[in-house]
Amino acid sequence: MRLALRELRRRPGRFAVAGGAMAFLTVLLLFLGGLLDGLYLGSTGLIRSQAAELLTFSDDARLSLLRSRIDPPVRDEVEAVDGVESVRGLGVALVAASVPGENDLADVSLVGYEGGVEGVPDPPEADFVGYADRRLEAFGVEEGDRLGLGPDGIEVEVVGWVEDTSFLLQGGLWVTPATWREVLGSARPDAVLADGTFQALAVTVAPGADPAAVASAIDEATGSTETVTRDEAVLALPGVKEQSSTLSAIINTTFLVVGIVVALFFALVTLERSALYAVLKAIGASSRQLLVGVVVQAVVVAGAALAVGGLLTFLLSLVVPPGVPVQFEGGRALQVVVGVLVASVLGSAVSLRRVIKVDPADAIS
Amino acid sequence: MPALELVDVRKVYRSGDDEVAALDQATLRVGNDEMVALVGPSGSGKSTLLSISGGLLAPTSGTVVVGGEALGAYSAKALTEFRRRRVGFVFQAVNLVPFLTARENLLIVAELSGTDRSSARARAERLLDELGLGDRAGHLPEALSGGERQRVAIGRALMNQPELVLIDEPTSALDTELGEQVMELITTEVKGRGTAAVIVTQDERMTHYADRVVHITDGRLLDE
Repeated sequence: MRLALRELRRRPGRFAVAGGAMAFLTVLLLFLGGLLDGLYLGSTGLIRSQAAELLTFSDDARLSLLRSRIDPPVRDEVEAVDGVESVRGLGVALVAASVPGENDLADVSLVGYEGGVEGVPDPPEADFVGYADRRLEAFGVEEGDRLGLGPDGIEVEVVGWVEDTSFLLQGGLWVTPATWREVLGSARPDAVLADGTFQALAVTVAPGADPAAVASAIDEATGSTETVTRDEAVLALPGVKEQSSTLSAIINTTFLVVGIVVALFFALVTLERSALYAVLKAIGASSRQLLVGVVVQAVVVAGAALAVGGLLTFLLSLVVPPGVPVQFEGGRALQVVVGVLVASVLGSAVSLRRVIKVDPADAIS
Repeated sequence: MPALELVDVRKVYRSGDDEVAALDQATLRVGNDEMVALVGPSGSGKSTLLSISGGLLAPTSGTVVVGGEALGAYSAKALTEFRRRRVGFVFQAVNLVPFLTARENLLIVAELSGTDRSSARARAERLLDELGLGDRAGHLPEALSGGERQRVAIGRALMNQPELVLIDEPTSALDTELGEQVMELITTEVKGRGTAAVIVTQDERMTHYADRVVHITDGRLLDE
């Protein structure tokens, strides 16, 4: 191993090409991961932040919050089901908002709620005030601003901030149900909702009750609803599953490319070193010792590439336009680090056969 | 007990239906502090004999005993261990590790065998001093002259205190004066430590340094 480390220290240029390629691939992986997370988190925050285990939609809505309608009589039926601890109404309107001092409109998902949302305070006591998601800061929104919502410019004052509550890449603005109904009515006169009607219900399951059983019981009791878990509701959001699977496939392919780059590089290097390996084997090096050296070099080069790639990604992130839904998460970065290291180890191990085949007798004449 | 004993060693290479005997019924004994020059033309089997003696190549038949150890039954792993501890090599092309200093080229032998680092370092420093390389120990091979590299190679061969040193064409790329210097060095450093040596050479001018000259032609040994 010391031999391998000394070569790295004394001949770093030799590994520059592979290291450079791996640094570029690291940047690609981090950006792809950031895009995956940005799209996912930016689309699903509203649902994920619900403290309730279940969400109930009308059964003709195909789990779409925007198409669903739950009237008060249906809500009463849900509340009466065994295993239901509490029910809170939820509704959303996707609107454009004018921002004071800004030329461009902000894309807002206006949420009418009754509480029970993690990270979001209980609904404001007054109408026409709300808690804004930090995503809206990119549009120039500040605390105290009065945003003009919908075609009628209904004003809502921003009185605080929340995080990770976006819906379909539009920053959340959390308001009273009455405020939400009024803005929804102005933006979509065909979708005016009566008092007490919501798009979905967030259902908290009683302690000890089985959420799946409660969900079935709800749908059986009402005959007009479809109740799913929070995770199922997230996956049902348009494009979420498709985006995630597509980007995940690209990311996995990129890990494979990392492995191939390492495999090719070290296959060439091992070929170049055949004569040296023959001499080392002649003086007592085992194939295992030589291969460990190769793997150590791959891991060190990968480590350096990760550091350089991480720094480049950070610098690039400073110039990414705010509208691009990229979000860098620690867990994803760790996944990239582990993935690149594993791919490097596996790629370098491809040289095993070549290392074993080196004949120490070749060192003589 | 001789340092090296080959008895009726044969090495045959097969190519289709043809058989080529690179070594044929070779019998050779080398005493504990004896230096034997093995002389022969290209393709005579010198390298094959050297390789078999050093456990780099297995014979087709015959017995090979080095320092009392019979190599016949050794696995590849056991032969690697054997080479680490009992044999030293000086290669024709010197073959120092290009990114290691002179000192590190000696220490690599100890690192491969897991020898205690401080005692290995002390031995390496001593050897380098004795070889006149005390002030060149921290230089890479590219900064050393041909003769200095040769001396480092000799030091590397002696690092594990072997019973037998196998030296392949040590003067082939050197002029007469430098060749003689190298042969004197080998005689002093190798024979002077009571280590046996087999020197493969085509250079008849250097054979007078050896205790005995053995000729080899077409894989057969002729004792002088």
